[in-house]
Amino acid sequence: MMKLNINGEIHSLDADPEMPILWALRDILKLKGSKFGCGKGLCGACTIHLNGQAIRSCVTPLAAAEGSELTTIEGLSADGSHPVQQAWLEHNVPQCGYCQSGQIMSASALLAYNAAPSDTDIDTAMAGNICRCGTYPRIRSAIKRAVEIQEAK
Amino acid sequence: METISQVNRRQFLQFTGLVSGGIMLGASLNVSGQANKLIDVPPGTPSEALAFNLFVQISPDGQVYIVVHRSEMGQGIRTGLPQVVADELEADWQRITVVQGLANNKYGSQNTDGSNSIRDFYSKMREMGAAARAMLVQAAANQWQVPVQECFANQHKIIHKPTGKNLGFGDVAVAAALLPVPKLAELTLKSSDDFKYIGKPVPVVDLQNFVTGDTEFGIDVDLPGMVYASIQRCPVVGGHLKTLDSKATKAVKGVLAVLTIEPTPLPAAFNALPGVAVIADNTWAANQGREKLKLEWDAGANGTHDSDEYMETLKKSLQSDGRVVRSKGDVDRAFDAHTHHVSAQYTVPYLAHAPMEPTIATAVVNEQGIEIWTCTQNPQATRDAVAAKLEVAPEKIVVHVTLLGGAFGRKSKPDYAVEAALLSKQLGGKPVKVTWTREDDIQFDFYHAISAQQYKAALNENGKVIALEGRTAFPSISSNWSLDANFASDGEVSLGFVDMPFELDNLRLQTHRADTHIRIGWMRSVSNIQHGFAINSFVGELAQAAGRDSREMLLELLGSERMIDLSQSGVKKYGNYGEPIEKHPLDISRFRAAVVAVTDSAGWGSKTTADEGWGLAVHRSFVSYVAIATRVKVSKGKVEVKEVHCVADCGLVVNPDRVEAQMEGAVIFGLSIALMGEIKVKNGAVVNSNFHDYPVLRINQTPAITVTLLQGSEIPGGVGEPGVPPVAASVTNAIVAAGGPRIRDLPISGHLLV
Ligand code: FES
Ligand code: FES
Repeated sequence: MMKLNINGEIHSLDADPEMPILWALRDILKLKGSKFGCGKGLCGACTIHLNGQAIRSCVTPLAAAEGSELTTIEGLSADGSHPVQQAWLEHNVPQCGYCQSGQIMSASALLAYNAAPSDTDIDTAMAGNICRCGTYPRIRSAIKRAVEIQEAK
Repeated sequence: METISQVNRRQFLQFTGLVSGGIMLGASLNVSGQANKLIDVPPGTPSEALAFNLFVQISPDGQVYIVVHRSEMGQGIRTGLPQVVADELEADWQRITVVQGLANNKYGSQNTDGSNSIRDFYSKMREMGAAARAMLVQAAANQWQVPVQECFANQHKIIHKPTGKNLGFGDVAVAAALLPVPKLAELTLKSSDDFKYIGKPVPVVDLQNFVTGDTEFGIDVDLPGMVYASIQRCPVVGGHLKTLDSKATKAVKGVLAVLTIEPTPLPAAFNALPGVAVIADNTWAANQGREKLKLEWDAGANGTHDSDEYMETLKKSLQSDGRVVRSKGDVDRAFDAHTHHVSAQYTVPYLAHAPMEPTIATAVVNEQGIEIWTCTQNPQATRDAVAAKLEVAPEKIVVHVTLLGGAFGRKSKPDYAVEAALLSKQLGGKPVKVTWTREDDIQFDFYHAISAQQYKAALNENGKVIALEGRTAFPSISSNWSLDANFASDGEVSLGFVDMPFELDNLRLQTHRADTHIRIGWMRSVSNIQHGFAINSFVGELAQAAGRDSREMLLELLGSERMIDLSQSGVKKYGNYGEPIEKHPLDISRFRAAVVAVTDSAGWGSKTTADEGWGLAVHRSFVSYVAIATRVKVSKGKVEVKEVHCVADCGLVVNPDRVEAQMEGAVIFGLSIALMGEIKVKNGAVVNSNFHDYPVLRINQTPAITVTLLQGSEIPGGVGEPGVPPVAASVTNAIVAAGGPRIRDLPISGHLLV
């Protein structure tokens, strides 16, 4: 039995410690906000936080998560009120929406350690998250807006 | 003859799976006299022609349910269609619930491709909303016993003008449902000045769910007792399995079974590819087990296909006899008379769609019938493909459409749903979810066709083009259904090739032979990709050869403001994206306006540094006109796209924010094609496998994008695709202006660092 702290709740699960966190979240715990896009750490669709850091859950085994705090999109805020989510709403960022939980998790991790990112900081932090629909211009502007919302809080 | 009819509650359930009470209306093209419907049936209507396009339901609590029968894949259609209905209905947007329609012929076509959801259904939906409004107003007038002319609808209420008293939609919903449905001719549509939602940037209905991760895509479907499948497919189209050793696979924890999917004879159609499926109790175990399969394949006749060699074959084909598809004047004589010739060949490789969500389907097959949940652009084709393969009547198949995590044309081919159904049947009716890996997605796509094109022109002493000849060769999508389709179809030739807009006295366009060796499919703007690239590149080359500004050359070639009549130059079948040419003519004034607007937006002609330059392109597709101006920097063998200006004339726009988003996305999709898109095939199999070797644009490669919308028509045009075709040539033209090489063979990454 493995014990995982996900979104502040302890979950016990009987799974291969080698199993990537993504598939345990999706198939076993039925937390399906984190998406599969490549399985190789190349696209960011599966991004979650491990102790506040953005990680690719498709290439991180369950074993690496024991004793750590995991946050998924479901736990980022209770009601979609995180500044990044608020900014995403204001800027109508999503198109198909599929990559967006990963984008939001990467952006929120960025703002957690860099409250005033430069344009280059934003591009660097977000370069691992592919959006095939092409929402990048709005991701950039929404992150800047999230900075303002965060400052005002 | 078009009518509007009511549908009963049972039918509403059947089409949507939704349970609620109240009135329901259906707009229909042609209505049959089924006894259980209150239908205004025109005499002589064939009984099988019933075709509902859309449904509105209003429950006694005032909630308005609007059915969307098209698939949402990021274009915002679950918002756009209801915006139109709600506007005519005078509904309060906050009290709308959007309901996804099931696969049902009564809706008309549900195939969400060709950028036609708004084009085809805008008027229908206005009529739907207006009819429901008329019935609600009539019901209120009846209740008050006042003349109906004294009543009007406003924001979910019916108001009696003289007294100011009002009733809510819910208050009169039941009474309204009992009224006769108004005839189309009796409907009053709103004046566009009174639109509250049409033309407004209404946020998409799924927005809140997207940002909280609370959505259902194909990958999120979860059924009790469901098992997970991962399939290793035959790497070559037309091949089959020789030997299978699954011992190691079966030893993997969580693996439940190993099943085979038998080959179906070519042509490929939407059939499941032959393969070996590993069934497990989670996706990861299925993938792990699959990696341990020991398989040998017989590649078959396509096993020698090599994309590099094939590109040479296509270029040679351009020199052989072609089929003339458009001809005017005497091209050969003009070439003899004017000896300043310019000619060039352009190529575009195979391309994969690579939507962020791969193709995924879940199926349950049992004696009662078949139920499928999937991210499909085409629920009806999904139903029909499954029906044919499993030999089950289509009426016994229910197809639920989830949200689509991108599609771009890939998800209109339902081979993955056929796989899920075949596996569930083999497992005695267990629910099976088939999840394609990214490797599967890249290696088993229906690819955008590899292509070669050639243009040749004769110029006079003033640098004016006197004659032009164009040639194109690429494997046809028709090859999916016909093994001897070895020329582009009329439909494909209609996509930006035969409708080339230039005003020339001597013109000849021809297509050339191209055989097919892998599955070919339509991808966002289809053959317009190569056609828009080649013709716009060639304009850049002509300007350069003549020592002229490329904007001036482009405007001169477009010529006088006129409507082009292609039949005058021998074009027999011009598709015009399914639209009558009178309604959507080839309008040169709209081309010109887009070019002028985009060069104004970009500040065309202003000075750049020596290593920077601007490129220009314009293209009409899906009856919309898009011009693009791009600024690039070329230095130390590396190109950087700095800035893209996009002007789109898509006619009447329902949701400007979503149209702008589509253009931003199309520019980025087009940049992926131009800069880095290339699928390679060796020994019949696709070589690329994931985003490391089939890269797509990332945020750090994304330029500043400025979108401007023009409205050159009161009728809506396509939106999802038309932004793509002009992008690539705007970049390659800019590279030349920035002092870089002329790139005729995409992608640019084959020539410069990107
Ligand atoms: S799915 Fe994890 S990075 Fe792509
Ligand atoms: S919104 Fe579709 S992939 Fe990003």
